[in-house]
Amino acid sequence: MRASSRRIWGLLFRHIALYRRSWPRLLELAYWPTLQMVIWGLTARFFAARLGAGGATGPWLAAASVLLGGVLLWEIALRSQMGVAISFLEEIWSRNLGHVFVSPLRPAELVTALFAMSILRTCAGVLPAVLLAWALYAFNLFAMGPILILFAVNLMAMGWWVSLAVVSLILRHGAGAEALAWSVLFGLAPFSCVFYPVATLPAPLRPLALALPSAHVFEGMRALLDHGVVAWGHLGWAIGLNVVWMAAAALLFARQFRAARIRGALLTIGE
Amino acid sequence: MLALSVENLSKRYPGGTAPAVDSISFDVRRGATVGLLGGNGAGKTTTIAMLLGLLIPTQGRITALGHDMARDRFAALARMNFSSPYVALPHRLSVRENLAVYAHLYDVAQPARRIAELAEQLDLGALLDRPAGQLSAGQKTRVALAKSLINRPELLLLDEPTASLDPDTGDVVRTWLERYRAESGCALLLASHNMAEVERLCDQVLMMKQGRIVDRGSPAELIARYGRDDLEQVFLDIARNRMREAV
Repeated sequence: MRASSRRIWGLLFRHIALYRRSWPRLLELAYWPTLQMVIWGLTARFFAARLGAGGATGPWLAAASVLLGGVLLWEIALRSQMGVAISFLEEIWSRNLGHVFVSPLRPAELVTALFAMSILRTCAGVLPAVLLAWALYAFNLFAMGPILILFAVNLMAMGWWVSLAVVSLILRHGAGAEALAWSVLFGLAPFSCVFYPVATLPAPLRPLALALPSAHVFEGMRALLDHGVVAWGHLGWAIGLNVVWMAAAALLFARQFRAARIRGALLTIGE
Repeated sequence: MLALSVENLSKRYPGGTAPAVDSISFDVRRGATVGLLGGNGAGKTTTIAMLLGLLIPTQGRITALGHDMARDRFAALARMNFSSPYVALPHRLSVRENLAVYAHLYDVAQPARRIAELAEQLDLGALLDRPAGQLSAGQKTRVALAKSLINRPELLLLDEPTASLDPDTGDVVRTWLERYRAESGCALLLASHNMAEVERLCDQVLMMKQGRIVDRGSPAELIARYGRDDLEQVFLDIARNRMREAV
């Protein structure tokens, strides 16, 4: 157990050392979440003014809360997914993967280290945006209370299984698949119903949305912000779906890792 | 005592027309240095990748330090290591940070002390706090060697350990490898295109061609068998199909 923890820490230390030495990387972590939050906050304020619902209370506050809450929570899923996929890509870009895979580091330890790095990257990326939302728009994400932890954990878990699928595709198709590390979750955004209820989607698409944990999290968030109730049903679905999708992604990763060892892809993955 | 035993090992890549490695068998004793020679595409890299667990063989069995690599590779990998100029260390990390990462990955006790030891032995003291990406080829090779020795390996696989080094640095590395082997009893498997290096370091040489071991013996035996002056001429005889005695 101690040796396993040290191996996980070794890989985590490698990424922390990288960020410690590269301020552009650190800046990039917070850049997009902050930008998104500012843009959506201004958009909400503009529409509130156009609709004549001004002021810091009433409909403006409710609309802004849903938009800003959606932006900030969605960034948790995005940053978590990118945190895993980009940390894996860093090993490919530095041509270090060969050394990592011939060390005693088990695949499960590699994944654990990538998940841990993803938590650090998400905190470094999203927390500044959360603080700025409070400073600029008086929106306090933490006002949702302890349930926020369950929302965040579910979105982070979704980011992890999506990234495991992305890493599996990189193992299958090489660095040519690396664009997915940035883009894949954006493709799921319309079905995650970040800014609108699932009922807004055309009926045939609703089952697709309800198969994603994120759609349930955002339904839960709206229920909390609009009506002050905790939608335990949606949270239960989010947790259950995350367990199922994580198991499927882990299986895919294990199969692709083995296939890469059969094809020799671990030798040529950076090419 | 065997450090490495390879039995009937083959690798055919999916979709490949011919096997990259075709039924090779060999042993490496503890404390011995075995050279793996062959032209480009002979199967050396594929063989080393299978020995390290990066590739799953199509058939055959690898036993490293008493562990079956198909079932228990991580136990063996913890006691082995590998160095190649074609696999880099993260460029933005300092040499000390890179070595610390691998000290953790290999669960090395007292990593700071081990790094200091290696820095002294390989003359890396002045480089420890420099980013790995800013080092010269020779310095990078010494750092890669330090990484490969971080866990005091009992079996060390070296892929062209002195490629792109000047003669002086190459000699320093070879001298260090000889010393490490003598002091630790480590077994070395060396893939190299430098025939003088192989003659100097290796007790046994495996000559590979088209995935097969086509000849083997000590450097002196091979030179005598082919009636040549050095191993380079033997290599050319084999590469050009002038083999004297197939194995």
